[in-house]
Amino acid sequence: MQITSSVRDPLVTGGKTVKDVSHDISRQVEGKPTSLWWMAMAISVAVLAYGFYCFCYLLWNGVGVWGLNKTVGWAWDITNFVWWVGIGHAGTLISAILLLFRQKWRMSINRAAEAMTIFAVICAATFPLAHMGRLWLGFYWALPLPNAFGSLWVNFNSPLLWDVFAISTYFTVSLVFWYMGLIPDFAVIRDRAVVQGNKIRAAVYNALSFGWQGGAKAWMRYESVALILAGISTPLVLSVHTIVSMDFATSVIPGWHTTIFPPYFVAGAIFSGFAMVLTLLLVTRKVFKLEDYITIYHIELMNIIIIVTGSIVGIAYITELFISWYSGVEYEGYAFYNRVQGPLAWAYWSMMTCNVISPQLFWIKKIRTSIMATFVLSIVVNIGMWFERFVIIVTSLHRDYVPSSWTMFHPTMYDIGEYLFTFGFFFTAFLLFAKFFPVINMAEVKSIVKSDSEKLKHDDTHH
Amino acid sequence: MDADKNFLVGIFDDEELVLDGVDKVRQSGVKIHEVFSPFPVHGLDERLGYKRTRLPIAAFMFGMTGTGLALLMQIWMLGFDWPMIIGGKNFSSLPPFIPVTFELTVLLASLGMVGTFLIVSGLKPYAWPRQFDLRSTEDKHVMAIDLALNKGKSKEEIAGILKSAGASEVNEKNFE
Repeated sequence: MQITSSVRDPLVTGGKTVKDVSHDISRQVEGKPTSLWWMAMAISVAVLAYGFYCFCYLLWNGVGVWGLNKTVGWAWDITNFVWWVGIGHAGTLISAILLLFRQKWRMSINRAAEAMTIFAVICAATFPLAHMGRLWLGFYWALPLPNAFGSLWVNFNSPLLWDVFAISTYFTVSLVFWYMGLIPDFAVIRDRAVVQGNKIRAAVYNALSFGWQGGAKAWMRYESVALILAGISTPLVLSVHTIVSMDFATSVIPGWHTTIFPPYFVAGAIFSGFAMVLTLLLVTRKVFKLEDYITIYHIELMNIIIIVTGSIVGIAYITELFISWYSGVEYEGYAFYNRVQGPLAWAYWSMMTCNVISPQLFWIKKIRTSIMATFVLSIVVNIGMWFERFVIIVTSLHRDYVPSSWTMFHPTMYDIGEYLFTFGFFFTAFLLFAKFFPVINMAEVKSIVKSDSEKLKHDDTHH
Repeated sequence: MDADKNFLVGIFDDEELVLDGVDKVRQSGVKIHEVFSPFPVHGLDERLGYKRTRLPIAAFMFGMTGTGLALLMQIWMLGFDWPMIIGGKNFSSLPPFIPVTFELTVLLASLGMVGTFLIVSGLKPYAWPRQFDLRSTEDKHVMAIDLALNKGKSKEEIAGILKSAGASEVNEKNFE
């Protein structure tokens, strides 16, 4: 019955049994948080508090506290928005697309990646909400609700409104997908708590698990739901960044008005999403001692996806550059000349180095299987992807059609503060998740322990 | 003896044992109440004789509802209730309505399907399940046999069948 491959590396190492999986993953939920966790939490909450102050100041005084001006009406806010949404793409990609392709290596990373997705999308949403200026009226402006103006409805022809629907649907469906996966794992922690005699924990995790029991009929339905959710999430993931890119592509600003944007943005989103998953997982696996579940093989496979998507992004940059010259459109040509040569050229070349050159290092096996190199490069990639959005947005705007309105953009402490606010939230939420929720999908990993563990593979070669 | 109260519980150590076990137990004429597993075991539902779930149909219907409502909403709002000239286009032009229609289709399909799943499976935050064996979420596959539904056989006989089907232990479980 066992299907083992002599070509493929094991996905679970250390000769783990099904029982070990429950124990290793539940342990960190049941134990007291480590001092390292408290330290990380203290820093995150401090950043969150400072960011929250900046956010409140912004709401009180208005968007004028940002460094925006008449020419550059979009800058860090939308840059950060697109950056966070992009990061939010890895989770559902891993759990949906890799499920459809039956890639079993997704199983030990999908839970954390999906959690990251959900927090990243929340971070992203704060920027357009803040940019509305009057947050409390935002619902009327963004949603088709009856209102006192007649009712004057929202404009369904606008990509900004498509974005509202895309992001909120993506958030909801990702949350549901993530929670579906958590239900059986909460039941594991509940049953362990009953055995350990911890009544409060048993009650809390029972409520979270919705009273899951794991009968064959429930599993049959559960699997069917997971498959369909994966099927409909796949086009959803691709649609979200496509629609985000249309915020730019449907406008007539040189540098934005390009048909290449949707695929280019989707590839970039997956690229940055995987980089962020790696940054977080490399730390998580170390802190929670999950080296047997998130193996070097997992890291290598994620790095390969980074090479692929990074190369697509690189080709997109070069294509854009070529077309701006080949099209013969003066304005388009200037927009790109300004990117490469203008006052913000340093941002353009940082983007080129971080996104196009650095991921190519992963062609070398030694680098893509090195934890330190992967960690450093995953951060480099995300810096690069932030610059990509900054370059697209600010360099296309700051040299307007009329030279008299040419300006520069300089961030104020509130631009920086709101970015920090989202970082504080992101890490606080992730740390809470990592402490109180099982960070690895136990049920899924248990189902592959038999066929993909190192011990059995070893036995198999001897028989 | 009332149904759904007195059970014999067979514990199986791994998924292949329980798959064979289900066949053997059913062949010997014993009705199985349910098998509880820590992870989905492929083929278990077929061997237990369960019909395929109709959740995909529910998902499709919810999805179609989403498509319909989204189109109706957009065409009514912009085409009839308050028509506005935007870029000189038709009041109700279909292409720009596609993104929102797609998103609402996905939203309703997934929420509707998951909601249906929770309802038909009796999953709710305040439900305490009847646990036949606490190890069924950890690492064991647990087969529950309702004694009231197997009156033709004695308890010992069923226990013997479970043992010979591959159960590593057989326990009795009574619910009040």
